[in-house]
Amino acid sequence: MALKDITLGQYFPGKTLLHRLDPRTKILLLVFYIVALFMAKNALGYGLLALTLVGAVLVSRVGFKAVLRGMKPVFFIVVFTAVLNLLYTPGQGEPLIAFWVIKIYWEGIRTAFFMVLRIMLLISCTFLLTYTTSPILLTDALEDLLGLLKKLRLPVHELAMMMSIALRFIPTLIEETDKIMSAQKARGADFETGNLLHRAQALIPLLVPLFISAFRRADELAVAMECRCYHGGEGRTRMRQLKYAGRDYIALLLGLALCVAVWCSNLLGVF
Amino acid sequence: MTPILQTEKLSHVYSAGTPFEHRALVDVDLCAYPGEYLGIIGHTGSGKSTLIQHLNGLLKPTSGRVLVEGKDIWASKEATRQARFRVGLVFQYPEYQLFEETVYKDISFGPKNMGLDEAEIDRRVRESAAFVGLPDSVLEQSPFELSGGQKRRVAIAGVIAMEPAVLILDEPTAGLDPVGVEQILSNIHDYHTAKNATIIVVSHSMEEMARTAHRLVVINDGRIPFDGAPREVFAHGEELESMGLGVPRMTRVFHRLKALGAGVDPSVYTVAQAKEAILAALKAKGTSSDEGGAV
Ligand SMILES: Nc1ncnc2c1ncn2[C@@H]1O[C@H](COP(=O)(O)OP(=O)(O)OP(=O)(O)O)[C@@H](O)[C@H]1O
Ligand SMILES: [Mg+2]
Repeated sequence: MALKDITLGQYFPGKTLLHRLDPRTKILLLVFYIVALFMAKNALGYGLLALTLVGAVLVSRVGFKAVLRGMKPVFFIVVFTAVLNLLYTPGQGEPLIAFWVIKIYWEGIRTAFFMVLRIMLLISCTFLLTYTTSPILLTDALEDLLGLLKKLRLPVHELAMMMSIALRFIPTLIEETDKIMSAQKARGADFETGNLLHRAQALIPLLVPLFISAFRRADELAVAMECRCYHGGEGRTRMRQLKYAGRDYIALLLGLALCVAVWCSNLLGVF
Repeated sequence: MTPILQTEKLSHVYSAGTPFEHRALVDVDLCAYPGEYLGIIGHTGSGKSTLIQHLNGLLKPTSGRVLVEGKDIWASKEATRQARFRVGLVFQYPEYQLFEETVYKDISFGPKNMGLDEAEIDRRVRESAAFVGLPDSVLEQSPFELSGGQKRRVAIAGVIAMEPAVLILDEPTAGLDPVGVEQILSNIHDYHTAKNATIIVVSHSMEEMARTAHRLVVINDGRIPFDGAPREVFAHGEELESMGLGVPRMTRVFHRLKALGAGVDPSVYTVAQAKEAILAALKAKGTSSDEGGAV
């Protein structure tokens, strides 16, 4: 019920193989996985991908419950997609079910099923990345991977810094929102009932203190950064140096292999 | 006497089913009687804030019940709503919840939500501002222009204005200077005596609690190991220390005296009690000749 239970972008500390992989490797693996996911056309391909994910979740020890919980916010979209695909996929031959304007073909069931599977796998693997990688490492890795764009004069360092600050403060702001909400509820504020206008008005006692505290925090953070002589990315060294290890190369090879395997399974044309 | 506020086997688990699962409260039985001044003390993270947020229905128990005036506050939506008004809760650092343009409007937020009429709201705002010692001139100012201590008093007035039968305050004196601490404590005391309200104050400070509370409830790792008059609780000096809680300085001195062999009562916690205890010990010594020594 509490806002805090939203697990988006939450990091579950651990020491498993998946936690120890270089964050850049994990981002690249995620890219491979998504590419493979969009290549998959049949049961064999999807099966391979689903198995890979199950394996990864088992290795990471974050538990299937946590991964499934990430599905909650998109549940509606998933159902919606499934229904649309079910109803609007044309097929050859006789419809399986014909009732009033509804015609469901075998192809519709197949597409709907794969579509749902695809969305679920997509979300799960993204969540697995944030569950096993701390936000700081994640932004460091992004900055590194996007390093090429620096040559194009894109402010990659600044973007990465902004992103890491934003990620760092999401939990803080959620906690703060929870607290202010409770405090106003204790004074009889009602955030749950009433029409739209009423509800929008009810947000004022929440948003005003929230903005004030966000600005205060931003101020304090700026002062703290200046006190430590922060002046952008120029000539800045890092305490944590990212380094590829043997396992990273193996993992990347396996990722490539997965893409190839899915591509091959398309040729086999099973189901 | 029947308790005005009671918990039965109250348990709360945060983030159940995740690696962050945490049992913050375990089978807590607590009761507060009408007109009582109750202190809740415990180490950081012991579950104090979690406990008090159950008392007015802000948190839902994982298991167990909360009764206000004998009625389960989760029995119906209306019961929960009523509990919010009967039990007023002032949060830790309440000054961060202010949002209105003027102090007056901010204090009237609670009474307005109760659906009171204008005249009644006006009376309550002025009365509660007076309770916390805010002059009338402040009422039309913006709450954001006030000092930290004044802001906190505005926030407390905002809850007092709902005239709750039970007023709960979470560390109301945290981060204030000694003068500010005294003012807030006497404001609370004024409300207590004027309305004969039940007061529950959460604090780290044993000295402060020893002076103000009738009864102390110690909370440690989500359980209540001790519950009783300050003297009874302070008699468990060593256990308290092992929970990361000190006893008042005076009590510590007397525990030491006792350990050194003086025949004093170690449960004292104020200077007046200390004087009595020493006199009693001296008298006892006078009659039974050569016992003790360090007094
Ligand atoms: N929203 C939450 N989600 C998960 N765990 C929480 C949450 N709120 C509190 N906790 C945990 O529950 C325990 C009790 O917290 P609580 O805030 O009740 O402590 P407290 O006694 O009020 O401490 P303090 O004196 O620091 O205010 C702590 O270990 C805390 O980490
Ligand atoms: Mg607390």
